[in-house]
Amino acid sequence: MPSVIEVTDLRKSYGGRPVVDGVSFAVEEGEIFGILGPNGAGKTTTVECVEGLRVPDGGRIRVAGLDPVADHAKVAQTLGAQLQQSEIQAKLTVREALELYAAFYPRPADWRPLAERLGLTGKLGTRFGKLSGGQQQRLFIALALIGGPRIVVLDELTTGLDPRARRDTWQLIEDVRASGVTVLLVTHFMEEAQRLCDRIAVIDKGRVAALDTPAGLIHRSAGATVISFTPSAPLDERELAALPALASIEHQNGRLTLSGTDETVDAVLTLLARHRVTAHQLRVVDATLDDAFLDLTKEATA
Amino acid sequence: MNTAVLRTEFRLFRREPAAVFWMFLFPTLLLGILGSIPAFRQADRSMGGLRPIDAYVPVAVLIALLMCGAQSLPQVLTGYRERGILRRMSATPVRPVALLSAQMTVQGGVALASALLALLVGRVVFDVRLPEQPGGYLLALLLAAAASLALGSVLSALSRTTKIAGAIGSAVFFPMMFCAGVWLPVQNMPHTLARVVGFTPFGAAAEALNQAAAGDWPGWEHLGVLALWAVLLTAGAARWFRWE
Repeated sequence: MPSVIEVTDLRKSYGGRPVVDGVSFAVEEGEIFGILGPNGAGKTTTVECVEGLRVPDGGRIRVAGLDPVADHAKVAQTLGAQLQQSEIQAKLTVREALELYAAFYPRPADWRPLAERLGLTGKLGTRFGKLSGGQQQRLFIALALIGGPRIVVLDELTTGLDPRARRDTWQLIEDVRASGVTVLLVTHFMEEAQRLCDRIAVIDKGRVAALDTPAGLIHRSAGATVISFTPSAPLDERELAALPALASIEHQNGRLTLSGTDETVDAVLTLLARHRVTAHQLRVVDATLDDAFLDLTKEATA
Repeated sequence: MNTAVLRTEFRLFRREPAAVFWMFLFPTLLLGILGSIPAFRQADRSMGGLRPIDAYVPVAVLIALLMCGAQSLPQVLTGYRERGILRRMSATPVRPVALLSAQMTVQGGVALASALLALLVGRVVFDVRLPEQPGGYLLALLLAAAASLALGSVLSALSRTTKIAGAIGSAVFFPMMFCAGVWLPVQNMPHTLARVVGFTPFGAAAEALNQAAAGDWPGWEHLGVLALWAVLLTAGAARWFRWE
């Protein structure tokens, strides 16, 4: 089966400065696909091209087999969007907004159960301008889903939400996927990407720096495993530096933190045994997506 | 034209008390205040036997259009762009131009209704005769409405933010009020001044409405000036308007 979104060698510049510089990826039906990257990496421009809001300078985009610019109306029926920095009329009530947007689509979803699912039933008579940030975001999710789309694009949905509202929103996104809708999620929160996404494209400086599952991204980064301990006696710096597959080494208040692979861990344990040094409060943990992300986008910032 | 958008925009317009007051009620209220001054109900020889209140009915009719074109429309359209409302609509199967055309229809319609109210109150309360050349009057009014909506769109196209739209709108509003004859009806202006004012959209509209009210077909030079403004301003709006 062909991918539901195909982006091939997408290019877009503003005033001669390339913002998206040869991005390619494919999103499969039913997955949560994440686009992760630092601010200004070209994430939003990429998804705005997918939504048909911007005309690419080069490359090819297909959404359910259609060109988002040439077949805008058809693509807009298939793809629901939540945009960054966009609002609806401040004096429109939640119910009116849902009814209005439902009228835009040929086969809209019933807005009542949708409002119920998003916890908006008690706010139907409230005007948009009087909603809290979290309620506004929930309304935007509802508006993205009201046309009964196959795909939703959510751009920095949880930015500006408190941790509780953010977690509630994650649950909602999982529910959306469970109902069979493909989700394209733009974020700069690692925790969010790690928790929700089946696959992630890390975009940096307008290019795809890596594309893999969250676990795959962590595993492929240089410091996938982190070992930390407080040695009972000082260890020789040269011996530490010579450890196999070592990615980084850090001293802090007598505590050592090393990152590398499983091979590094084995070698550290051997080294400790050889010198009869005890490792107090020994911890061996997998690196987080945070670490992998910093590793993947390292050269760019250096 | 999308009827759901049109209905929504009309509903939203009614939720703006300031817009309802200034566009729909204020022109007639002004007419009422002026008409309650006894001197305004006395025939004036310098005006060819017309009473000042007779001259102020067309002015009241134009104030609504001016409020719409210089104040209300640029604010609303610029706000819709500034707050990403047009962009949000671009992501649906309905294009954002539906929102603009709905907003223009609502504001143009309200301004014309306000004109009708001023004419009726003038007739019923102050015994001002209804336009004796209704076809010419309507034509001049529709051309003035087109010029005023186009003016509002151009001002919005030139304003990046609602604050700028407010500032430019006011800068345009007061000279236009003068041209429409709010302080001095065009009939009373000195000849040269009246000629100059006749080249502005609201000056030409005031001249055309006065002629039609008196029973003559409005002069083609005035209708022509109005039509030219409408075309130029529309072209400018189409050229400069940015969706985001």
